[in-house]
Amino acid sequence: MTEIIKRKKALSVSPLKASQTIGAALAFLGFYRAMPMLHGSQGCTAFGKVFFVRHFREPVPLQTTAMDQVTTVLGSEDSVVEGLKVIAEKNQPALIGVPTTGLSETQGSDVVMATKQFRQKYPEFDAIPVVPVSTPDYSGCLETGFAKAVEAIIRTLVPPADQAGSQPGRRRHQVNILVGSSLTPGDLEELKDMVEAFGLRPVVIPDLSDSLDGHLGEDEFSPLTIGGTDVGELNTLGDAAATLVIGPSLNKAADSLKELTGVPDFRFAHLIGLEAVDQFLAALHEISGEPVPAKLERQRAQLQDAMLDAHFMLGMARVAIAADPDLLLALSDWLSSMGAETVAAVAPSNAPSLKRVAAAQVKIGDLEDLELLAKAHQAEVLITNSHGVETSLRLGIPLLRAGFPQYDTLGGYQKTWIGYRGTRQICFDLANIMLTLEKGEIHPYRSIYAQKPEYQEAEQHAPTTATPAGGLQH
Amino acid sequence: MRFAQGVLTPSRQTRKMKQKDIAALLDEPACSHNKKSKSGCAKPKPGATAGGCAFDGAQIALLPIADVAHIVHGSIACAGSSWDNRGTRSSGPRLFKIGMTTDMTEQDVIMGRGEKRLFHSIKQAIDSYSPAAVFVYNTCVPALIGDDVEAVCKAAEERWGTPVVPVDSAGFYGTKNLGNRIAGETMVKYVCGTREPDPLPATAQRPGIKVHDITLTGEYNIAGELWHVLPLLDELGLRVLCTLSGDARYREVQTMHRSEVNMMVCSKAMINVARKLEDAFGTPWFEGSFYGVGDVSQALRDIARLIDDPDLTARTEALITREEARVHAALEPWREKLTGKKVLLYTGGVKSWSIIAALQDLGMEVVATGTKKSTEEDKARIRELMGKEAVMLEDGNPRALIDIVRQNNVDILIAGGRNMYTALKARLPFLDINQEREFGYAGYMGMVELARQLHLTISSPIWSSVRATPPWRNPSKSSAEAAA
Repeated sequence: MTEIIKRKKALSVSPLKASQTIGAALAFLGFYRAMPMLHGSQGCTAFGKVFFVRHFREPVPLQTTAMDQVTTVLGSEDSVVEGLKVIAEKNQPALIGVPTTGLSETQGSDVVMATKQFRQKYPEFDAIPVVPVSTPDYSGCLETGFAKAVEAIIRTLVPPADQAGSQPGRRRHQVNILVGSSLTPGDLEELKDMVEAFGLRPVVIPDLSDSLDGHLGEDEFSPLTIGGTDVGELNTLGDAAATLVIGPSLNKAADSLKELTGVPDFRFAHLIGLEAVDQFLAALHEISGEPVPAKLERQRAQLQDAMLDAHFMLGMARVAIAADPDLLLALSDWLSSMGAETVAAVAPSNAPSLKRVAAAQVKIGDLEDLELLAKAHQAEVLITNSHGVETSLRLGIPLLRAGFPQYDTLGGYQKTWIGYRGTRQICFDLANIMLTLEKGEIHPYRSIYAQKPEYQEAEQHAPTTATPAGGLQH
Repeated sequence: MRFAQGVLTPSRQTRKMKQKDIAALLDEPACSHNKKSKSGCAKPKPGATAGGCAFDGAQIALLPIADVAHIVHGSIACAGSSWDNRGTRSSGPRLFKIGMTTDMTEQDVIMGRGEKRLFHSIKQAIDSYSPAAVFVYNTCVPALIGDDVEAVCKAAEERWGTPVVPVDSAGFYGTKNLGNRIAGETMVKYVCGTREPDPLPATAQRPGIKVHDITLTGEYNIAGELWHVLPLLDELGLRVLCTLSGDARYREVQTMHRSEVNMMVCSKAMINVARKLEDAFGTPWFEGSFYGVGDVSQALRDIARLIDDPDLTARTEALITREEARVHAALEPWREKLTGKKVLLYTGGVKSWSIIAALQDLGMEVVATGTKKSTEEDKARIRELMGKEAVMLEDGNPRALIDIVRQNNVDILIAGGRNMYTALKARLPFLDINQEREFGYAGYMGMVELARQLHLTISSPIWSSVRATPPWRNPSKSSAEAAA
């Protein structure tokens, strides 16, 4: 079993961790016409907003209860009530999420009570669901915040089967899919494609591929999310044929959903790599009773071929990964299936799933830890978020961007890692990166007796004159 | 300026290669194929021929000369799909990486403007890139329409003062192997002997070590593997006047006639070069290989033997002892992993026997080997290494290779790049041994890389994945259990 090495040092250097709070906010952003309102100081929201705006290159609705000195000392519940009222009145959202922050939690703010007060005081907004969730940034990480929000949404908005009279399997073709924060909008599109290929109707919770997929909408401006899971769908979850759960971070959320609805679930650690996707499709085949579509069988064969082509480059490759636990688990698992080795693994916070990471050790830490481990274990390539650029430059090894945030390139949010197709693409991407390393490269040797003139870089063979027939600069 | 016309064959009157010239090239008295069936030089059979043409062979043999502008005179198919696709490396100039072709048009063909275009092309190459020399490869279309490439080259050289060498290598002259010989012939005819070697640099002189000059013919510095060997030669006081043609410079090729010994590296393709240098200058030559510990040592011994300098011999033996011990230690961890693995070897140009010995050194078992290009002597050596039961494959069609793999529970197929995807499609571990490969296996340390690459693919976990049937074809196991 993987050894987990706890954080020992005082200072976190080049942090890997993004807060639980914004993780929760992200989950709410996967619902249609939603507005997350962080209960904290306005900075909590402003930083989170910049974080997501840069990552997704999209406007991101995010509000704040704007705690100030007075509310921080005297009590901030009123700010929550007021914030909810303002948003409800102004934007008529379909969902308001209220993740707490380190500030409001430390203060001891009771968001559940505040929500009740809001209901009592403003019954005219009874139709607008409000989901408070406790996500202080002094514990967990983006992934746990995301998972807690999903769990809170289920606990708050999914009616228990005995009250709603829902019945598993009544909607024969519906499958609920709980997805963790490690899946990109691109991944979710792939996921829905696979499920739909079996004639099933996926209800993805939360569906970032409908809200933050980077599409140009009809409206010039929306203060709320412009897509995502319809909140009304939450009422139908109890009638679904099955629930699919992607990512161990969602185990508690999945337990809640199962407890409330009785819908049987299928849980998957991740969907990267041949075996993982095989199991997933086998489940869809079982749920739908439909044969695995030829298109997917073809993609499977394509992935196998890509694995053959890429194994020369990925075999014995030494990889360093820093990512939230679900993603770390998925990538290390896939790398090991390709014969590559995760020689350095860092996660920002602990999780039960880390024990299953395909590496000797997982360090709970930051990018400095990653750098030291990568150096100590002679990593050849780095996989982490955009903050890893400097690390990779210092180490002199290339970087494959994964996780949050990815702000220095375009389209990170749309990259597909899962399914046969996504896995195939990352086989190619990582193999291409490995090729740039010129592994096993033999360095030029100049004989002491050489008759060759000393070669100077200055006499590089750029065309020296522009002749009419060619010699154009490029 | 050139100092002398080709020293060996002064005639420059032949405008184009005639049938008798081709026949002369094919008749190679020094080649053991000459005595028996000339399978390597066999006439291509329409509808059942693989492998390149004479142009391919000529270009591939000379392209590694790094400071030369290589101009392909012809329409686009010749250069368009073949430029910059060689795994050979240069320690300096990269001019050879720049593809140059006259890219003849329909108008050039109809109006006979090929020569004019070529003349201007040569000027442009010289003006833009100041090459040490220009090589002009003649191809089928200009050969057919009667472009006088040799005359154009001569005129261009006189006009601009840069050596311009015609390589008359139209594809229809014959196979790639013939092209190799044409290339060698051209070097002997136009380049060798046009310059004397540089005096030895004073800084490189070491007391007590007499420096001897050698040439390595048929060494292409694939993936830079020559650089595994060169330091050893330096240490022994062996100056490589020229490699034909890996990491070579034009001015080095000019001096190869002065070498005291000529090693034919792993290939008979340019045996005519060795023979002609022997005839004209009495340069002794031998065939050797830098693959496998035993063969590297043997090659070093053969060089010392032919030079016949007792001091060199003694130092060679000392170096061999030291290097063999070093590589033996470096190989030990890999040998454990590779012992008992079965190999099917199907090489093209590289000597099978050389690789067999190398693999056996790693504890591997070679169950069969390709002998399409092997001579009778080669086969005898193979039998010696593999025993009488040795399976020899004359015809390496993909189906046959796969069948042998299946029958013998082979762990890995080692072959040329073109067979790579055949192996992979059959879900077989594979190692590329031909010239497009990305790793250098020559020299003592090259063996360590070879071992590493063998282990990497043989023990990759992907093999079970790519052979696995999907779970939905396997009704016994419910996916719910599997997923849990």
